[in-house]
Amino acid sequence: METSIAQKNAVLAKKLVIIALIMGGFGLALVPFYRQICEATGISQSRIVAQKASGEVDMARTVTVEFVASNSNWLNWSFEALDKIVQVHPGQQTVVNYRVVNNTGRKIIGQAVPSYAPTEAAPFFKKLQCFCFDQQTFAPGESRDMQVIFVVEPGLPADIQRISLSYTFFDVTAEAGNK
Amino acid sequence: MEATHDHAHDDHGHHPTGLVRYFFTTNHKDIGSMYLWFSLIMFFVGGFMALVIRAELFQPGIQIVNPDVFNQLTTIHALVMIFGAVMPAFVGFANWQIPLMVGASDMAFARMNNWSFWLMPPAALLLVGSFLVPGGAAGSGWTLYPPLSIQGGISVDMTILAVHIMGASSIMGSINIVTTILNMRAPGMTLMRMPMFVWTWLITAYLLIAVMPVLAGAVTMLLTDRHFGTHFFNAAGGGDPTMFMHIFWFFGHPEVYIMILPAFGIISHIIPTFARKPLFGYASMVYATSSIALLSFIVWGHHMFTVGMPAAGNLFFMYATMLIAVPTGVKVFNWIATMWKGSMTFETPMLFAVAFVSLFTIGGFSGLVLAITPVDITLHNTYYVVAHFHYVLFSGAIFSIMGGAYYWLPKWTGHMYDEKLGKVHFWLTAISFNITFFPQHFLGLAGMPRRIPDYAPQFTEFNQISSVGAFLLGLSQLIFLYVIIKCIRGGVKAEAKSWEGAEGLEWTVPSPAPYHTFETPPAFH
Repeated sequence: METSIAQKNAVLAKKLVIIALIMGGFGLALVPFYRQICEATGISQSRIVAQKASGEVDMARTVTVEFVASNSNWLNWSFEALDKIVQVHPGQQTVVNYRVVNNTGRKIIGQAVPSYAPTEAAPFFKKLQCFCFDQQTFAPGESRDMQVIFVVEPGLPADIQRISLSYTFFDVTAEAGNK
Repeated sequence: MEATHDHAHDDHGHHPTGLVRYFFTTNHKDIGSMYLWFSLIMFFVGGFMALVIRAELFQPGIQIVNPDVFNQLTTIHALVMIFGAVMPAFVGFANWQIPLMVGASDMAFARMNNWSFWLMPPAALLLVGSFLVPGGAAGSGWTLYPPLSIQGGISVDMTILAVHIMGASSIMGSINIVTTILNMRAPGMTLMRMPMFVWTWLITAYLLIAVMPVLAGAVTMLLTDRHFGTHFFNAAGGGDPTMFMHIFWFFGHPEVYIMILPAFGIISHIIPTFARKPLFGYASMVYATSSIALLSFIVWGHHMFTVGMPAAGNLFFMYATMLIAVPTGVKVFNWIATMWKGSMTFETPMLFAVAFVSLFTIGGFSGLVLAITPVDITLHNTYYVVAHFHYVLFSGAIFSIMGGAYYWLPKWTGHMYDEKLGKVHFWLTAISFNITFFPQHFLGLAGMPRRIPDYAPQFTEFNQISSVGAFLLGLSQLIFLYVIIKCIRGGVKAEAKSWEGAEGLEWTVPSPAPYHTFETPPAFH
C-alpha cells in the first residue's frame, strides 16, 4: 500500500515536471511567435531597409514631421537633428540631416534605431535612404552629417497631422567587433 | 520518499531538537511554521522599505533618499512583499493545513519540501543584500523592464538569480502540493468534497507550475542580454523591450491570482465557521476559481495598454479582463450569502474576513476601472494603480493571511490568542490601511505618477494623509507580532475544535496538532 502511493506520487511528479519544462519551452517560443505576429501585422519591421514610394504628391495636404535624436548607453557624443521640424506634402520626397560628433577618444560603431509616434503612421512613412540602414563607424573626434530621405505616403490616415520620428543611437562597437 | 518512510518508524515521538531540527526537518508542520516565520520577517523588511518610501513622500522635494535609492526601494519592496511575504505565507498555510485537511500524514515529497523552504532564505539575502553592492539594488521596478534592467549593475544579476531560486522553490512546492492533494486524500474525500482551501491551492499550484518557468525564461533572456551578447530585448541589436513586457505579464497576471486564490480559500473557511453555516454554493466556488485561473492566461495585455497595441488587441484584453469580474462576483456573492441569516460572531478572524470581502471588492472595482482601455491610458503608472493593487494585495491577500493566522493559531500553538489585542490589531490595521491607500486613488486621478520621489505641491495633503496612515499601519503590525508570540508562549488552552462552527479534519486532531497526525488515514464522512 505504502509503496504504491509512493510510486503513484513519483509518476505524478514526473508529469508535473514535464508540464513545467513544456511551459519553460513555451516561454522561449514566445520570442519567435512574437516576432512573427509583429511581422504579420506590420507592427514592427525587424529589418530596417530602403523602401519605394508611390509617385503621387498630394499638394492639398500638409503634414508636420518632427525629428528627435537620443543616445543610449550614455554615449559621450552629440547626436542631433539639424532639421527639427519640416512641413511636407504627402508623396513629396524630402531630405533632412542629422549630425553626429564623436567626442570620445575611441572609434565607435553605432546603430540608429527609428521609432514613430503615432505608431499608426509607421506603415506610411517610407525611408528611401537612411543612416539607420547600416552600422556607422566614427573615428575619434569625427563629426559627420547624415541624411534621411523620406516620403510620407498619401494613404496616411486623415486624422494624423503630425508625425514624430525618433532615432536612438546605440553603441554596438563591442558586438560589431565580435563578428 | 525513503526519508518519510523511515521517519515515520524511527522518529516516532522523538525528533531532533534546536536548530538542527529545523535545518533537516521533513515534517510538514515544522516546514509550515518556518515558511510562516520567514514570511513574517520579510513582511517587516518590506514594510520598513515602504515606510522609508512614505517618509520621503511626506513632502514634495527630496528629503531622505535620493531618487536612485527611492527607485531601489520601490523595486525591492515589491519583490520582497510578493516573493518573500505573500507567497511564502500561503505556502506556509498549505504546508500546515493541506495534510491536516485531506487527512494525509505529511506532504508527498517531504525531503523536497525541506529543499523548497531552504532555498528561500538565500534568495531573500540576495534580494535584500543587493542594497549593499556598488550602485545599490536594482531600480528597474519589480517588473524588471528593459532597458533599465539591462543597464543596471551587479545587483540586477543578484535580483535575477533570486527570482530564479524563488521560482525553483515555488515549482518544487507546487509539485508537492498537487501530488499531496491528488494522491493522498483520506478515503471518501472526492475532489468535489475537498475543503475550499485545498481546492484553491490545487488550482494555484497548477498556475505556478505553468507560469514560473515562463518568468524563469524571461529573466534568463535578460541575463543573456546583459552578459552574453544576445539581443532579445536590446533595441540596438534588433531586440524589442516590448516583447519582455508581453512575456513578463504572461507570467505576471496569473501571478496576481496565485497571490489571491489561496486567500479566497482561507476566507471560504473563516466565514462559514463564524456564520455557523456551510459555505454557500460550494460547487460554484470551485468553478469560479477555475474560471478565474483559466481567464488569467488571456488578460496580460491589460498591463500594457499604453505600448501601442492595435485597437483590436486592446479591445480583446479589455473585454477578457472584464469577464473575470463575473466569477469573482460569484465568489463575493457566495460569501455574502453564507453570512446571510447566519449566527454570526465577530472574532478577529471573522473581522479580517468581512473586511477582506468589502475591501477586496473595492480593489476589484478599481481594477475594472483600470480595465477600460481609454481610462487606463490616462491612469497608467499613476497612484490610482498603486491604490488598486494595494487594495487587492494588502486588504485582499494579507488580510486573509492575518485572518487565517488568527483562525488556525489555536490549532498550531494549542493556545487561544489574546482576542482583545487581536481586535485592536484588526481595527488599527483596517482603519490605517484605508487612511494610507484610499487617498492614493485621488492622487492617481489627479495625475500623480508612481515610482517618483518628488511631486507637485498640489499633491501634498493627500500624500501627508497617506504617510501618516502608513506609519500607523506599520506600527500596528507590531501588535500582530506580539499577539503571535504571546499565543505561542501561553494562553487559554485551545480545544481540538477551537471554534464552535469549525468544520474539517484539522479540527478532529488535538490542539496543538501533534507532531505526527493521520498516520493511518482518517474516516471522512
